[in-house]
Amino acid sequence: MGVFRFSRKQLGIPYAVFLICFVAAPLLVIIYYAFTNGEGQFTLGNLTGFFTSPYTIGTLAYSFAIAVVTTCVCLLLAYPIAYILARSHWKAKSVVIVMFVMPMWINFTLRITALKEILTVVEGNLAFHPFLNTIIGMTYDFLPFMILPMYTTLLKLDNSLLEAAADLGANPFQVFLKVTLPLSVPGIISGVVMVFLPSMTNYVVLDMLYNSTYIMGSLIGSYFSAYDWHNGSMIALILLLIILVFTLVTDRYADEDAGNRGGALL
Amino acid sequence: MDQNARSEHFLEIKSLCRTFEDGFMAVDNFSLTIKQGEFVTFLGPSGCGKTTTLRMLAGFDMPSSGEILLNGKDITKLPPNERPINTVFQRYALFPHLNIFDNIAFGLKLKKLPRAEIVRKVKKALEMVDLEGFESRTVQTLSGGQQQRIAIARAIVNEPQILLLDEPLGALDLKMRKEMQLELKSMHDKLGITFIYVTHDQEEALTMSDKIVVMSEGRIQQVGEPEDIYNEPKNAFVADFIGDSNIFNGIMTGKYKVRFCGAEFTCVDDVENGTMVEAVLRPEDIEITPPGEGIIEGEVSSVVFKGVHYEITVLSGKNELVIQSTRKAQVGSRVGLSVDPEGIHIMIAENMVNKFEVGVKNGYRPDFLDGVPDFDITSLLPGSRMEGGTLLDAHGDEVAPETLRVIVTIKPEDITMNDDEEAGMVKGHIVNMIYKGDHYRYIVRSDDDEDFIVRDEDLWNMNDYVSLVIPRDSLQFALKK
Amino acid sequence: MKAAVKKELPGKIFIGAMLIILYLPILVLAFYSFTTSANIGSVHGFSMDNYVNLFSNEELRSMIFGTVLLAFGSSLLAAVLGTLGAIGAFYSRKAARGVIGGLNEVPVINADVVTGFSVCIMLVVVLGIDKNTFVPLVIGHVVLSAPFVYLSVTPKLKQMDSSLYEAAMDLGATPRQALTKVVLPQIQPGIVSGFALAVTLSLDDYFIASYTKPATFDTISTYVVNATKGSQTEIKTALWALSTLIFLIVVLVVILMNLRDGKEAADFED
Repeated sequence: MGVFRFSRKQLGIPYAVFLICFVAAPLLVIIYYAFTNGEGQFTLGNLTGFFTSPYTIGTLAYSFAIAVVTTCVCLLLAYPIAYILARSHWKAKSVVIVMFVMPMWINFTLRITALKEILTVVEGNLAFHPFLNTIIGMTYDFLPFMILPMYTTLLKLDNSLLEAAADLGANPFQVFLKVTLPLSVPGIISGVVMVFLPSMTNYVVLDMLYNSTYIMGSLIGSYFSAYDWHNGSMIALILLLIILVFTLVTDRYADEDAGNRGGALL
Repeated sequence: MDQNARSEHFLEIKSLCRTFEDGFMAVDNFSLTIKQGEFVTFLGPSGCGKTTTLRMLAGFDMPSSGEILLNGKDITKLPPNERPINTVFQRYALFPHLNIFDNIAFGLKLKKLPRAEIVRKVKKALEMVDLEGFESRTVQTLSGGQQQRIAIARAIVNEPQILLLDEPLGALDLKMRKEMQLELKSMHDKLGITFIYVTHDQEEALTMSDKIVVMSEGRIQQVGEPEDIYNEPKNAFVADFIGDSNIFNGIMTGKYKVRFCGAEFTCVDDVENGTMVEAVLRPEDIEITPPGEGIIEGEVSSVVFKGVHYEITVLSGKNELVIQSTRKAQVGSRVGLSVDPEGIHIMIAENMVNKFEVGVKNGYRPDFLDGVPDFDITSLLPGSRMEGGTLLDAHGDEVAPETLRVIVTIKPEDITMNDDEEAGMVKGHIVNMIYKGDHYRYIVRSDDDEDFIVRDEDLWNMNDYVSLVIPRDSLQFALKK
Repeated sequence: MKAAVKKELPGKIFIGAMLIILYLPILVLAFYSFTTSANIGSVHGFSMDNYVNLFSNEELRSMIFGTVLLAFGSSLLAAVLGTLGAIGAFYSRKAARGVIGGLNEVPVINADVVTGFSVCIMLVVVLGIDKNTFVPLVIGHVVLSAPFVYLSVTPKLKQMDSSLYEAAMDLGATPRQALTKVVLPQIQPGIVSGFALAVTLSLDDYFIASYTKPATFDTISTYVVNATKGSQTEIKTALWALSTLIFLIVVLVVILMNLRDGKEAADFED
């Protein structure tokens, strides 16, 4: 528009260049490496290798299992917490929600260390319950990410809608099922997005709790240790595609305000 | 002499145009000269280009073409910070992170004035707006009216040559608005600088201005003093926008004689016989008489008490007249209506087209002639849709058919005359004809007492009984706002 | 009233129980960090040894210092880049804004493993930058956190009355003065919270650091993960002390922030 708007636009150039160099370009490099071999020739070997090896397919399945169970457990714990807090009239509820969020600001490896010590006392040897311990660890790590968006959504819920439903003859359970629950879907979706993907990839939780089974993230870690950039890139690409599909599916239900990790953390 | 000339041509705006990136022409060939110390108001409905014009004067927006001269100097391309012009913004635009003193001192500090002088000037500006001692208050603690005053103080403290005010009273309640109108006017007298004021409120414009610029669709419709604009509107738009008015299509039938609403009236405008005109009647100029004593007659269809007067609507034939009277009338009663010659303002119709305002019926079809086939009401109302025989607007709200008025337009050249009475659906007598060089323009008065303008190359005779053929495709529809 | 209290009671118990579960590990560890015990469950006498170790052990000390320096340094870069990006994008055409906003979302929704791995490949493998220069590590952390600065500044720009910038120009400010005197103060809360977020993200990160850090350098995360694999009890219990310290700092910051917010709210009501 005017002459003087020009200078404001230019301020964005450094960040645009930064994003292109360190976000866009690395993605292209990943795609390139995923479809080439050590000699730099085009190959589909990495792709077919992944989908034909029972080992890698098993890893994918195990990742999904961990992610699905963790997400469900988080959902079942977080929804009541968010619901009770958001609908209550307690004066201290803003303090309580901060208390639920506060652990996010403590380094997660230290928190898992603390959890590990407690679990060791309870179970004796952690190695006997690798799957259970992983679910406990992931839930412990990610629960705040699930509570916050649901709390924000439920807090915004217009009380008169619930009163209207009751007025129209719905009993409290029907009000919840037909009004509250559908309207909290955006918050649920945001929470699911924030828990599901990290629990497919955060292999440090498994490592620290002595679960030696691999998940998708561990595969990248092991290819990285072996300097196998090509297979590592293929795993990264597959994860990217999963994330892309997941984002496209959830995007249309997601709440604008709580639709991303940023929304929940801010 | 030189001084005088300069003050007469203080601000000159020459053929200003502004076309937006999407091709929309917001301001179209705007030219105006403003005297020093004048209070000028840009008046028009939203989207008429008044704010865009103001923004170009302030320097926030660059014209696509044209120029702005201040004291003979071209300032068209000057950035806003280099113009001796300050603005009072619509929503005040006070800086929320600064207190009142720092808000008012903002411009002075940028000019690097000595501290003592800044303090003195801010104090004086606060006195000017009657908010002495407000220096250390925060913006959030002020009421809307107080914020408005601070916004004015912040602008005038810089001693601009021109003060621009962009609908500054829009956010205030009615009582506060009235108060501020008078205060702004007296402030203008005290400061002696030029005020350019933008509003869509005609009453505000009439109260405050020395000169009003009425705008519509990016173009100036009329420039004049408030009295001229009110009493002598140049066209139907101005008449309709300024004050309430009744506007009818009519035709001059002799010296000081005009025919509309199915009757002949005496007027004071000398317009050539046979000219198509629009007659404007202010509601307060129409007098209700006993039936039989007026020029026309009608039935009272509604009476609304408005405090000072009654607003009475009378239906005379197909025409609706709004009347302001201090005396009540009975709904359903028959009354006569008369107008003094001075109460009729004649405007020469600009574009010769047939215009009929009708209601809708039978599934939202215009009540025009014997109905209009293949008509889709949703095409007139953006974002609307039909659902189960009901019209829903863009917000999904139901639109009742009785609230809709459709304006049907037909070009004279699209109508053909036929002496076979059964050929067209409208039949009537030729009541007027004018030779226009290569064609004739006829007025055909239908049996329903509607006047149709018809262009025809052949010669017909006065009082011939003809039928009019109007093709469906020639009908154009618009929704009345 | 009484009925309402009764109805709320199960909810309160549930919330309380969840909070206890959430904080139990941290508090138990905090308790044992003040003892000489090397294992949870066996009670020994009170001792500050772990805290003394934490600050006397050269390796631990430099690891903590390095992590904090990295967090603040990368966050500062992220705050500058993200803020400029948000302002630039906000005033740009829709297409440019769409591209920047879209790319900005990538690190936000991407798994950190993938982000770390891709930055490593780009910088170390393709461009051949030595990890020992710390450049890949710093860039990696800016990639992680700058998008969040962008996301916290953008809403502030949207909330800002667009005529404020014009008002500043109208009163004689140059574009640069209008930016620094009006726009920046308006979006400052967004920049501050974006910066704070960037610091916590950097402090919490394991994956990006593990793919881009120099072999001899450790952040708290990478150090803790390595330490759990080792068997040095002295280090293990010193980390309990570290965890307790961080917990206390977080509690302190939260209390201070709430006090400030409370004060601001009170000021506003006044």
